[in-house]
Amino acid sequence: MKELKIVVLAKQVPDTRNVGKDAMKADGTVNRAALPAIFNPEDLNALEQALRLKETFKGATVHILTMGPGRAAEIIREAMYRGADGGYLLSDRAFAGSDTLATSYAISRALGNLEYDIILCGRQAIDGDTAQVGPQVAEKLGLPQVTYAEEIRGIENGKITVKRRLERGVEVVECPLPTVVTVNGSAPACRPRNARLVMKYKYARASQEGAGERAELLDQHPYLRLTEWNVNDIRCEATELGLNGSPTKVKTIENVVFQAKESKALTADDAGIDELMKELIANHTIG
Amino acid sequence: MNSVFVYCEIEEGVVADVSLELLTKGRALASALGVRLEAIVLGSNLGGIEKQLFPYGVDVAWIADDRRLAPYTTLPHAKMLVKLFEAEKPQVALMGATSVGRDLGPRVSSALHSGLTADCTSLEIGDYTDAKTKREYKNLLYQIRPAFGGNIVATIVNPDCRPQMATVREGVMKKEILDPARVGEVKRLNVGEFLDDIDFVVKVIERHVEKSRLNIKGAAIIVSGGYGVGSRENFGLLHELANTLGGEVGASRAAVDAGFAEHARQIGQTGTTVRPKLYIACGISGQIQHTAGMEESSIVIAINTDPTAPINKFADYVITGDLNTVIPKMIQYYKKNSK
Ligand SMILES: Cc1cc2nc3c(=O)[nH]c(=O)nc-3n(C[C@H](O)[C@H](O)[C@H](O)COP(=O)(O)OP(=O)(O)OC[C@H]3O[C@@H](n4cnc5c(N)ncnc54)[C@H](O)[C@@H]3O)c2cc1C
Ligand SMILES: Cc1cc2nc3c(=O)[nH]c(=O)nc-3n(C[C@H](O)[C@H](O)[C@H](O)COP(=O)(O)OP(=O)(O)OC[C@H]3O[C@@H](n4cnc5c(N)ncnc54)[C@H](O)[C@@H]3O)c2cc1C
Repeated sequence: MKELKIVVLAKQVPDTRNVGKDAMKADGTVNRAALPAIFNPEDLNALEQALRLKETFKGATVHILTMGPGRAAEIIREAMYRGADGGYLLSDRAFAGSDTLATSYAISRALGNLEYDIILCGRQAIDGDTAQVGPQVAEKLGLPQVTYAEEIRGIENGKITVKRRLERGVEVVECPLPTVVTVNGSAPACRPRNARLVMKYKYARASQEGAGERAELLDQHPYLRLTEWNVNDIRCEATELGLNGSPTKVKTIENVVFQAKESKALTADDAGIDELMKELIANHTIG
Repeated sequence: MNSVFVYCEIEEGVVADVSLELLTKGRALASALGVRLEAIVLGSNLGGIEKQLFPYGVDVAWIADDRRLAPYTTLPHAKMLVKLFEAEKPQVALMGATSVGRDLGPRVSSALHSGLTADCTSLEIGDYTDAKTKREYKNLLYQIRPAFGGNIVATIVNPDCRPQMATVREGVMKKEILDPARVGEVKRLNVGEFLDDIDFVVKVIERHVEKSRLNIKGAAIIVSGGYGVGSRENFGLLHELANTLGGEVGASRAAVDAGFAEHARQIGQTGTTVRPKLYIACGISGQIQHTAGMEESSIVIAINTDPTAPINKFADYVITGDLNTVIPKMIQYYKKNSK
C-alpha cells in the first residue's frame, strides 16, 4: 500500500465545560474572556486515532488543519508535541461569522490543496455544539462519511473498518478510502505530550504569530515554519465565505440567567414531610 | 406547495418517538403556515407504516421500501432526501437530533446549500428584519437552541435558503395524536430512480442496537439522584420512592459518571429532556446542563443539604436536609396519607 496520508481537522475552542464561578459575571452571564482556549476535546480523540494509524502503517503521516485566528496555531503545536508531523493554519478575516456550511466550504477548499486518504474530525466542537462540520465537509468533497467512530479496527484493500457508537448500541462498518471519519468522545483519550517533541517543536510558529527573536532558528529549521493560508491560497468563491456564505443568521442571543421560582421552604422533620405529602395528594400531583 | 417535511426514523417496524414528536410539532407549524405536513419514511418492510403517521396530522406520506435502505447508511438516505427536496422544495425540513439525524442532516444541508440548526429546543414561526439590508421576511422558522455548553440560547433563522432545516432531540417536543381516524395520501418512491450501486459503498458488517427499555421520558413522576446520593446502593432508596409513587428514577451526569446509575437515566443537556408532573431532585446541585433537561417539570421538589444549592431556584418545594432521612419519611408519609 502507498503511504497513508491522514489529515486531522481540529478547532481551538473556549473551555465551555469549566464555566466556573469566576467565568460567570455578576449579572449571571458568561464572561468569555475568563474561559481558556483549548484543543476541542473530541479532536484530541481524533488525533489519537490518527497517531495509532501512523504507528501501524509505516510511512503514514499526520497533519492538522485548523481554521481560526492566529493563536489557533497553538493547537497545531500541541498536536506536534504528541506526534503529528505538521499542520496548516487557515486564517483570514473573510471567514469571520461563518456558520457550519461556510466553515465546511472553506475547510473543504483548503483540503483541496492537500493529499489525503483519511480525514479525521472530532464529532462535535464544544462551543458551537452542532456536530455538522464533519459530514458537511464529506459532502463537499464527494466522500463517504463514518460518524461517531469509537475505534478504527483496521485498513485492508483500501477499505477502513470502523466501530461506531450509536445512542443505543454499536455498529461496525466498512468504508472505502478516501473518507471522512468523525470520532466520538468515548474513543481512547489522546496520549500526553512527548518531552522530546516539545523540545523539538516549541518554537514552531505560523507567520501571523511572528517569529520574534527566534527568526534565525526558524531559518535554520524550516520545519518550524507552520504553513499558513488565507483566502488567496485556497480556490474559493468569496460569496460562499463568512457571514455572506452562511444561510443561518443569529437573530438573537440570550445569556442564560437563573431566575428563581417562588418556592416553599420546608423543614425536613416528620411534620414538614407529612404536610408535603398531604398537599401533593390533595392537588393530585401524586396518588 | 412548500410543505413542512419530517424525516421519520423506524425502529423494528415502529415509527420512533422522536419522529412522532416532530410530526406533532410539524403539524402545528404547517397549520400556522397554511401548508401541508409531509412525512418521509425510507426503510425496508414498511407495509402499513402510513397508518402510524396519519393520526399525527400527516397529509402526505412518502414511502420508499427497499431491502437496501435498512439498516440506515448515510449515502442512500441523503441522496434520496436531496433529490426529493429538490423536486418538492419544502420550506421547512425537520429530523431527530439522533445518531441518524445528526449524520444525515448536515450532509443534506451541505448538498442543498441550506442552513441547518442543530439541537433545537423550540421552534416557532415569526418575522425577521435583516439588520444590514433592512429587508423584511415574513413567517420564518425561529430555531431556538442552546450553545456554548448551554450557557447561551440563540434564536437562529434561515432567511434566504430553503428548506429551513433543524434537528431536535428526543423528548424535547411533545407527541400528540391529532385524530386517530385521519387518513392522508401515500406516495411511493421508486428507489431505482434515485440511487445507483455506488451509493451503497459503505457496508454495515455488524450491528447491536438495544431497544429503548427505559421510558424515563414518558414518566409522570421522576425521582432523580445526583452525586450527593453517594453510592449505587443508596440509589436503591430512590428506586423505592419511585416505585411507591409510580414513577421512574433519573440521574445527573455526575451520578452517571460515578457509576451510581446507567446512562439511559441521565437527564439534562447530554441526556434526556423530561417534563414530568413531579420532579424530585435528590442530592443534585442544579448546574445548568442538568436543569436544561428538567426545568419544564410542573412541580419540582429539591432535597439538598446545602440551603444555597442552585437547584432550589427551580424548586416549588425546597427541603433542606439529608436525603437519607428525608426519602424514607416521604415513603412513610405517602403510605400513611394515601390510604
Ligand atoms: C450560539 C451559536 C449557535 C450556533 N448555531 C449554529 C447552527 O445551529 N447551525 C450552524 O450552521 N452554525 C451554527 N453556529 C456557527 C458554528 O458554531 C460555527 O460555524 C463553527 O465554526 C463550526 O461549528 P461547530 O463549532 O458547531 O463545529 P462542529 O460541527 O461541532 O465541529 C465538528 C468537527 O469539525 C471540525 N471543525 C469544526 N470547526 C473547525 C475549524 N474551525 N477548524 C478545523 N476543524 C473544525 C472539528 O474536527 C470538530 O470536532 C452557531 C454559533 C454560535 C456561537
Ligand atoms: C457539555 C456538558 C454537558 C453536560 N450535560 C449534563 C447532563 O446532561 N446532565 C447533567 O446532570 N449534568 C450534565 N453536565 C454536568 C453538570 O455540569 C454538573 O457537573 C452535574 O449536573 C452535577 O451533578 P450533581 O448535581 O449530581 O453533582 P454535584 O454538583 O456534585 O452536586 C451534589 C449535590 O448533592 C448535595 N448533597 C450532598 N450530600 C447530600 C445528602 N446527603 N443529602 C442531600 N444532598 C446532598 C450537595 O449539596 C450538592 O448540591 C454537563 C456538563 C457539560 C460540560
